[in-house]
Amino acid sequence: MASIGNIILRRLALGILTLFIVSIVIFLAVNALPGDFAQAILGQGATPEAVEAIRRDLGLDQPLATRYVQWLWRMLHGDLGISFAQANFASYVGSASDAGAVTVAEQLAPRFRNTLFLAGVTAVIAVPLSVGLGILAALYRGSVFDRGVNIFSLVSISSPEFFLAYVLILFLAVLDPVLPSLSNIYEGMSFGERLFKTLLPALTLTLVVTAHMMRMTRAAIINLLASPYIEMARLKGIGPLRVILWHALPNALAPIINVITINLAYLVTGVVVVEVVFVYPGIGQLFVDSVKIRDIPVVQACCLIFAAAYILMNLAADILSILSNPRLRHPK
Amino acid sequence: MKERLLKIRDLRIEGLSDEQWWPIVRGVDLDLSRGEVLGLIGESGAGKSTLGLAAMGYTRDGCRISGGLVEFDGIDMVHAPAHVKRDLLGRRIAYVAQSAAASFNPAHRLLGQCTESPVQHGVMSRSEAEERAIALYERLRLPDPQQIGFRYPHQVSGGQLQRAMTAMAMVAKPDLIIFDEPTTALDVTTQIEVLAAIRDIVQQSGTAAIYITHDLAVVAQMADRIKVLLRGEEVEEADTRSMLASPREDYTKSLWAVRSFQRPAKPAVAQGVSPLIRLEKVTATYGQVPVLKDISLDIHSGRTVAVVGESGSGKSTAARVITGLLTPRAGRVLLDGVPLPASYRDRGKDHLRQIQMIYQMADTALNPRCTIGDIIGRPVEFYMGLTGREKRRRVEELMVQIEMEPGEYMNRLPGELSGGQKQRIGIARALAAEPRFIICDEVTSALDQLVAEGILRLLARLQDELGLAYMFITHDLATVRAIADEVVVMKEGRVVEAGPKDRMFHPPHHPYTELLLSSVPEMEPDWLTRVLEARGPSEIGEAAIAKMNNSESSGSPDA
Repeated sequence: MASIGNIILRRLALGILTLFIVSIVIFLAVNALPGDFAQAILGQGATPEAVEAIRRDLGLDQPLATRYVQWLWRMLHGDLGISFAQANFASYVGSASDAGAVTVAEQLAPRFRNTLFLAGVTAVIAVPLSVGLGILAALYRGSVFDRGVNIFSLVSISSPEFFLAYVLILFLAVLDPVLPSLSNIYEGMSFGERLFKTLLPALTLTLVVTAHMMRMTRAAIINLLASPYIEMARLKGIGPLRVILWHALPNALAPIINVITINLAYLVTGVVVVEVVFVYPGIGQLFVDSVKIRDIPVVQACCLIFAAAYILMNLAADILSILSNPRLRHPK
Repeated sequence: MKERLLKIRDLRIEGLSDEQWWPIVRGVDLDLSRGEVLGLIGESGAGKSTLGLAAMGYTRDGCRISGGLVEFDGIDMVHAPAHVKRDLLGRRIAYVAQSAAASFNPAHRLLGQCTESPVQHGVMSRSEAEERAIALYERLRLPDPQQIGFRYPHQVSGGQLQRAMTAMAMVAKPDLIIFDEPTTALDVTTQIEVLAAIRDIVQQSGTAAIYITHDLAVVAQMADRIKVLLRGEEVEEADTRSMLASPREDYTKSLWAVRSFQRPAKPAVAQGVSPLIRLEKVTATYGQVPVLKDISLDIHSGRTVAVVGESGSGKSTAARVITGLLTPRAGRVLLDGVPLPASYRDRGKDHLRQIQMIYQMADTALNPRCTIGDIIGRPVEFYMGLTGREKRRRVEELMVQIEMEPGEYMNRLPGELSGGQKQRIGIARALAAEPRFIICDEVTSALDQLVAEGILRLLARLQDELGLAYMFITHDLATVRAIADEVVVMKEGRVVEAGPKDRMFHPPHHPYTELLLSSVPEMEPDWLTRVLEARGPSEIGEAAIAKMNNSESSGSPDA
């Protein structure tokens, strides 16, 4: 019987392997995009020589495999490269550590922090809310409350994100201006102010992710209510709330943890639309802008961050599920 | 006359199926005094469990009490509000379920679950309840009573769990305990130990109990009075001794008679006849865990070899090796003296055809979406190459062989058949391949005794007609007595004893065989008392097996 430490190490190794494979896929996919950076900035009237010169400067004339190995090598040393858009071409040639230019890492870091902040605020609101609602819906299943919560969450998950965002803006910023509709946050803001400005996008995202988590919590608990040990608990005269919290919930943790982590990963990677609506300076906007001008180093770095977020979250889900299982925590 | 504790009058319970309410219990009366043990027996579907739960004022989802009266100590349990019933459950009425493994919450330690009821009801403090639970563990002879409560359910054996559950029921000192088939899922050697523990503790604490089971011999040990149920109605009720001595109703008599079916043993196989199937020094493992250790056995044409042993003894694994589902680490399987390829993948169609299987759970072994005709027709087509009208004729022939009307059942789905009928379809499917050897893996253990006997008679007749060889895997010695020619006793992956049936049932025995035989309850109220007096509490169940293992491993070199 493998110990928990072994299982976790094995999962970790698999996660790293997955990340490596994903890096190949990202690299190939990004390079398969039609057009390139030189073409994009020089426009229609560019001479082939000018395009060629820039391509050479940026190393785009090298074979694909060479570029991949270079990229991977630098990345392993923590160097995400320099954004094409930031490169000073006159002095760029041949040097990666260009003085004065902003590196991709420097460009991404504040954006990524903002995205994590938004995801964090959303998670703090959405996770307890949806698990709590799920438990209550399971407790009062079939009741008006249960149906109401179900309908409300289905409506919110079925509506497009921008629509939810505008509805919230209408009610909370326009008709009844309690929250700002623009989330233009910047360095040096106090935490409170930052939180205040982030609240509206966070609420929008809460509406988006709550339904999924809440329904899974409810389903996972109700699934167990037919188990013999639940019947036993009832026959011991245990009240319905304790039956759910003490007897059902601990056994329903694995699926609940899974759906929570998937939604958290989504919050890190998939919130472009909400960022655009609220002009929130997160990583999603940067990503879209970079794709538009074929700024390959930034696109690749973003993709890698997204992939890593998914893999890490899944890893966390796996490990927590294992830890929630007494058979694995306490082998015979 | 003792004070009456439970009174049930004309109780009617209905169950919902196909959007209609069907009666499950049709007007049963029941009386129970303080300190009295009532045995409820009947076949599956007789409404025993439903009645037992109704005594607690509880019905499962999809059931309802449609009429009648349940009064526990003067409290109307049918109409009492939920909080009143909740207050009684666990505190004054407790329940012990059939499968302790499923009825303990896997996420919590035993002690926390055992003390939950009295603590939540506020009748004891946590430390008081824990003390009492530990005292009960000790009285129920659980090993290491101080520490066992800190284990999780998966960390203790089935027999120990069942006793822990009895302790859980008794912690709050209830007036009434409902035992719902508490030993049915256990091996015989474990069963006797649990029975002894339950009986002692019920007698000592003067608790009243309803003991639900389908096993007459078990109920004879436990109950003061016996009530027989059939399809939701009472057949008869009497005190245990007079019920056993002189049952009044025909149905009760038929229940008593079931164990009388016995085939005459066939004469011994002549020397030098080569066996149909031979296992030669087979060793098999699951991963690194050894399950079969160097076993050899022969099975001759037209004979039944019963393989007996408790769960985990390697019986089914031996079957998996013969069918090629599991490749052995060492040793080989011979068919007619010719070695078979180890894996079924490498065996030809003719090899596959000659060895067939019938499974314990007919429910899961039949595709629920195929008609009976298709299920039986598939091997007919696959092995025999028959199609169209010929195939249909052959399927009809097979159905006549298993005593089922082809016209009536051909187009039905397995879900529409009873358990015994499904098992017959399983037999027909095996016969369709025209095999010479059939492995019967616990084929009767999920069936009621009357139905099981029908299956055994059918298998015996088919053997006489078709000259089949059976390997009959079972843990039930009554079945062995009924059908076997030879018996192989297995324990922990080894054959401890093998030989003709007559010899096996007569002393001297291997100590393990002795233990198995003496653990089978007999239809006599004093059997348990007698066995306990003869052997002592440390010579039954797990303790006896542990002792036997010790003496084996320390092994006497002079033997």
